[in-house]
Amino acid sequence: MTGKLDLDPALVARARELARRAGQPVVDLARSHTTVSVERAVLRLAGVTGADPDGIPWVNRLVDAVVADTGLGHGVTLPVFDALAREQITDVTLLAQKAAAGSVRFQQPTGKAATAARKAARKAVAAGVRQIDRRRAERDRLVKRYGDPKQRPWIYLIVATGDIYEDIPQAQAAARAGADVIAVIRSTGQSLLDYVPEGATREGFAGTYATQENFRLMRAALDESSRELGRYVRLTNYASGLCMPEMAALAGLERLDMMLNDSMYGILFRDINPIRTFVDQRFSRQVHARAGIIINTGEDNYLTTADAVDEAHTVTVSQLLNEYFAHEAGLADWQLGLGHAFEINPDLPESFRLELAHALLARELFPDAPLKWMPPTKHMTGDVFRGNLLDGFFNLVGTMTGQGILLVGMMTEAVVTPWLSDRDIALQNVRYVLGAAGGLHEDFVPAPGGFIQQRANRVLGEAVDLLERIGDQSLLTAIAEGTFGIMKRPADRGKGLDGVAKHEADYYNPASDLLEEGLTR
Amino acid sequence: MSSEERSAFHGHQVEPGDKRIVRPYGDTSGDGMVQISFTLPVPHTKRAEGAALQLAGKMGIDPAMLVHAKPIGDTFTFFVVYGRVNHLVDMSKVQVVERDFPLLSAKEVNAVVKQKLRRKLSVVGACIGTDAHTVGIDAILNVKGIAGEKGLEYYRELKVTNLGAQVSVPELVEAARAEKADAVLVSQVVTQRDAHLHNTREMSAAFREAMPAGKRPLLIVGGPRFDETMTEELGVDRIFGRGTTPGEVASYVVHALITNKKAKV
Repeated sequence: MTGKLDLDPALVARARELARRAGQPVVDLARSHTTVSVERAVLRLAGVTGADPDGIPWVNRLVDAVVADTGLGHGVTLPVFDALAREQITDVTLLAQKAAAGSVRFQQPTGKAATAARKAARKAVAAGVRQIDRRRAERDRLVKRYGDPKQRPWIYLIVATGDIYEDIPQAQAAARAGADVIAVIRSTGQSLLDYVPEGATREGFAGTYATQENFRLMRAALDESSRELGRYVRLTNYASGLCMPEMAALAGLERLDMMLNDSMYGILFRDINPIRTFVDQRFSRQVHARAGIIINTGEDNYLTTADAVDEAHTVTVSQLLNEYFAHEAGLADWQLGLGHAFEINPDLPESFRLELAHALLARELFPDAPLKWMPPTKHMTGDVFRGNLLDGFFNLVGTMTGQGILLVGMMTEAVVTPWLSDRDIALQNVRYVLGAAGGLHEDFVPAPGGFIQQRANRVLGEAVDLLERIGDQSLLTAIAEGTFGIMKRPADRGKGLDGVAKHEADYYNPASDLLEEGLTR
Repeated sequence: MSSEERSAFHGHQVEPGDKRIVRPYGDTSGDGMVQISFTLPVPHTKRAEGAALQLAGKMGIDPAMLVHAKPIGDTFTFFVVYGRVNHLVDMSKVQVVERDFPLLSAKEVNAVVKQKLRRKLSVVGACIGTDAHTVGIDAILNVKGIAGEKGLEYYRELKVTNLGAQVSVPELVEAARAEKADAVLVSQVVTQRDAHLHNTREMSAAFREAMPAGKRPLLIVGGPRFDETMTEELGVDRIFGRGTTPGEVASYVVHALITNKKAKV
């Protein structure tokens, strides 16, 4: 479905070229730096698991020990595998325990020792990468066996009790009631933890901790549901915050299907250092590409802070940047759940037509991406009756503009975390709209030169203008100066900066090589 | 008093809308009609519908009309009930706990700061002591905010410095001085051995020592286990407990520093 908006192909090409130009220096930066979380992700792929009695993961203890001895700039894999050889042990987790006890010294090996360490490191990390490959093949098999959802958009529902053992029956009930994708919201503040908690967890603040064990438990439960329902139910979590690369690795290892993964969200909304974010983001996207995971980007967030009409073009700019970064990291179009949202003030005249114009613009700019369509939140007031009506119009835009993933809006948004009945009413709303108007996108062709075409073209024009301005300075400067949202985020500030280092000449990271070259050994 | 004011004053007393005894209004005065919805954890059966009506009856709805019952899965049923409540409300006996400051929107907060303070209002926040739980301070300060409300960073007229976790008291005092803080926000989640109380007292004492009364920033602490009435004992201007939103904090800061400025404790 292209050509409904009569977009100027030259302008679209220009927008993509400008996004590439703005993004390129950031990619260069990401390619020449590493972070503690990237290194921890590599060690997780190499098989380090578990946590110390205080709950601090062994990967954190190991990376901290190596960094204390050799710094971060060489990467930690060579010192680690060199130490394994010297200590004559094969278990990396055991090495981490010894390192935490202070009984191992690390050094950056040279000569023959370096060659041997390189070989051993690559072998160990390749085993982790092959596990991700096996998980992907397993998903392909299950999707083939049980099938994809019969309709588009896929219906995406959130659970968030804080207790994984409460989440599981809720998620299974939601799947039975029609959810195609289950997202488990993380505990408030997890994005700012510089480690991934361990084990099954039963306490969280307004969400459930993302841990490898919680991933495994929920995936197993949804496999049961998929079998019962005869359609593959997808699972979503978050690769964001300070542990983005590790979350991606764990998601790949436990066959999660989608991950929230935005290029700028952590910078703007969590004050995480921009360089840390871009380095972590690139690695996490390489892992997602390999794992066949669909990423969901976070453009909806801009519209919760900025005006959804005045700032509509910032969504387009962010989508173009996310697309560029994603392609560069190896993600295919079918993996790009680019985000946008129904957040225009409903009191504004013609707000519904504006929403249609914006949603259709995203659809036409990214025809092969499974766009993620986010429900109203900002103008949900506690008037649940009006909220249900707004959600109905949101669902209608979703189906009329062929969105890929529809996050189900709750009429009790901003009132309570959704009750069982809220979810049921929300799903009823979705089913009604998709049932009554599921094919309407075939008939919906905006009038040539009419309101919707004009509006979409104007937003695209504003996006190109903004990209031109960014191009004149650089994306990092633009972020530092508060171009996105209203936040000024300079590159030398923000959380997690001390966990960033420039590559030394002998930096080695077998995972990057395997992921970039698509190799298995 | 002008005649216009007088009639408005009297009108306030005798306006027909200003009733003393009220009951809900459906479509006729005094009909007492309400509508409620709820879910019971039982399968949808005749007995379940009876249970819904019984619950409505116990809630004072008589007669109750069950207008909608729908199963949610195999083990729950959702109900909508309309009916007449027999309760009356005496408006003169209604008690409300008034917040001692008006709740302002972000826009209003910005406008007050811009018009009355004529510079950005500086807020410095931190988790002090060994407390590494930045959940609270981040919920209040980060743009992300909490419960759909943006944090103080989102307010254009506030200059927010979030020092993060495990900040020492001297560091906090120094940062407050460097940032010319108008208000200092401290979050304390960990309460082992009353750590939150000790840390707060240490913090307020340090500010008292470092700065004269007139120059001291507004001191605000927050956390789930504080008693909001302990301000004097802890030497702070305000304590916020569980469920506080950024908007409440911003409104209070503007109220205390600008619209209702008075000598601090």
